[in-house]
Amino acid sequence: MSISQTSGNAPAGARAALGALRKVTASFAVILTTLLGLLVITFVVGRMVPADPVIAVIGDQADHETYERVYKEMGLDQPLYVQFATYLGNVAHLDFGQSHVTKNPVASDLARVFPATLELATLATIIGAGFGIPLGIISAVRKGTWVDHLARVVGLLGHSTPIFWLGTIVILVFYAKFGLIPGSGRLDVYNEGLVEGPTNSILVDAILAGEWEVFRDALLHVAAPALILGYAAMAYLSRMSRSFMLEQLRQEYVLTAKAKGLGQRAIVWRHAFRNIRVQLLTIVALAYCGLLDGTVLIETVFAWPGLGQYLTSALFFADMNAVLGSVLLIGIISIAINLLSDLTYRFLDPRTR
Amino acid sequence: MATRYFNDLHNWLINEEFSSTRQARLHKAYVLWLNLIANPLAFAGFVVVLMLVLIATFAPLLANHDPILQDLTMALKPPSSANWFGTDEFGRDVYSRLVYGARTTLYISILVTVIVAPIGFAIGATAGYLGGWVDTVISRVIDSFLSFPAIVLAIAVTGALGIGITNGMISVGIVFSPQLARLVRARTLVVRNELYVDAARCFGGSTPRILWRHVLPNAIQPVIVQVTLLLAAALLAEASLSFLGLGIQPPDPSWGAMLARAYQNMEIAPEQMYPPGLAILFTALAFNTLGESLRVALDPTMKRN
Repeated sequence: MSISQTSGNAPAGARAALGALRKVTASFAVILTTLLGLLVITFVVGRMVPADPVIAVIGDQADHETYERVYKEMGLDQPLYVQFATYLGNVAHLDFGQSHVTKNPVASDLARVFPATLELATLATIIGAGFGIPLGIISAVRKGTWVDHLARVVGLLGHSTPIFWLGTIVILVFYAKFGLIPGSGRLDVYNEGLVEGPTNSILVDAILAGEWEVFRDALLHVAAPALILGYAAMAYLSRMSRSFMLEQLRQEYVLTAKAKGLGQRAIVWRHAFRNIRVQLLTIVALAYCGLLDGTVLIETVFAWPGLGQYLTSALFFADMNAVLGSVLLIGIISIAINLLSDLTYRFLDPRTR
Repeated sequence: MATRYFNDLHNWLINEEFSSTRQARLHKAYVLWLNLIANPLAFAGFVVVLMLVLIATFAPLLANHDPILQDLTMALKPPSSANWFGTDEFGRDVYSRLVYGARTTLYISILVTVIVAPIGFAIGATAGYLGGWVDTVISRVIDSFLSFPAIVLAIAVTGALGIGITNGMISVGIVFSPQLARLVRARTLVVRNELYVDAARCFGGSTPRILWRHVLPNAIQPVIVQVTLLLAAALLAEASLSFLGLGIQPPDPSWGAMLARAYQNMEIAPEQMYPPGLAILFTALAFNTLGESLRVALDPTMKRN
């Protein structure tokens, strides 16, 4: 609004472009402050740890001089804001410190474990959206019928089940009892290390290399954890898409479409669905972020060598650099996904143009 | 005698010709209660929660063993007439631990509510009522928290505060309060433009007084619903933290910790995975159904049909 007043004689196209630029700048400012908030949280958490970080590095047998030297080397004698600035600089250079357990830089550890998590979460999102969104839409269209009740029960169960427990039950029943699924990990031992690919996702790399036996094995391994996580995502997505659809079906244009004799299928898929696409995209992005959360537990249960397992084992050994690095990575990914969905939102929704 | 008293009470509550504001308020709550209980799902949820409270209260009467008494000669026994759900690897009775675990669950629920409700309300109402840069700053902070996967953040905060159930639940509370704050903020934005708020301001009401006396009562409904739903989320979070060894510490019984133990001994005594898991599932289910039904009962657009 204020743009059009200050540049009243500018051509309409330039004015629109300026407005769009302003909005994009504003959303980047939001992202930057959110990112800063995230960094403050991890920094504060790192400083609140009751364990002495110096002793964590040198052990409790070291003498006083070594302690003083390491204390200075770690910059702990500096004022807090200097420490925070150093922390920001390190993070900007992707330096999250060294892991006490693996003795590697945390950044390289993260690069090693993250593709496994990404593979699992992506597959789970596809499963969750593929089943959840149609289920939600059908239950909105057939509100009050058995489909709707079924969807509600599925949703409530999904919100109430501890997924790590579900994971162990699946292992007990389908692996231990019936032998239908392979055990833990990403591959059987004899397939280990057969494909080394550019993406680090075994599924994609196996396709690229044409190793179908490895692909089949990897798919069987990922199926159980991905289905369990996908179920959790489905519970959320079906509930949300149901309420979005219900809102659309109450609108007047639906009545108009009905009055002009349009079939229900056309109304739902050609009119109403087009209007909730953008909202659906937003909640799928949110579900994706939520799944990064769920993987922490499910990876522990299925011994999936990803970020979640790395985080929990780091926690177990009080390896705070690794913990904070993982947390920061998950936070940054969440912000990135939110940003991406926000931009797509602007692109797809004509009202925000 | 008692029936007569309850009949009179019912008539007094249902009567729409109020003789006092107190009666009017109680009438509103009573009608809501009747609506809620008429829904079979909500009734089932209510019964489960009531049972949880009763089990937690009368745990010493219901348990047939000392929940923390170890007897290594009895380790990992299958279910029997003496130990209904078997024994864990220290020979402790699983059934008794399950019963006492209800106390932990209740403790978690109360603790999280006590943390989340005041923080969420205070922050949300302040941001919504004051607006301007205060609102901008608070909203940004809320967004930073919400952009974070909840369990991961709770894990990080627990790691920092130190392992234990109270710290664990404080971190869960910190992680969950922004959700409530955002809801209260949205509601406050609506309420603050109401005429009665203007009137209160004209009469010289201070900001805290207006928030407490006028905004809170009108923003409380979404808070109640959200807190009920949060109880389920908190229970699952406690189970997750305890499963990772960050929650309740031995020897105290909690369902999440029992799951963690059962997981360690899954190959010898797989049947022990079921009791604590199902206990968590049904309790969370009850909280979620209650929350959902409350939302429907409170939603003004849902009335009349």
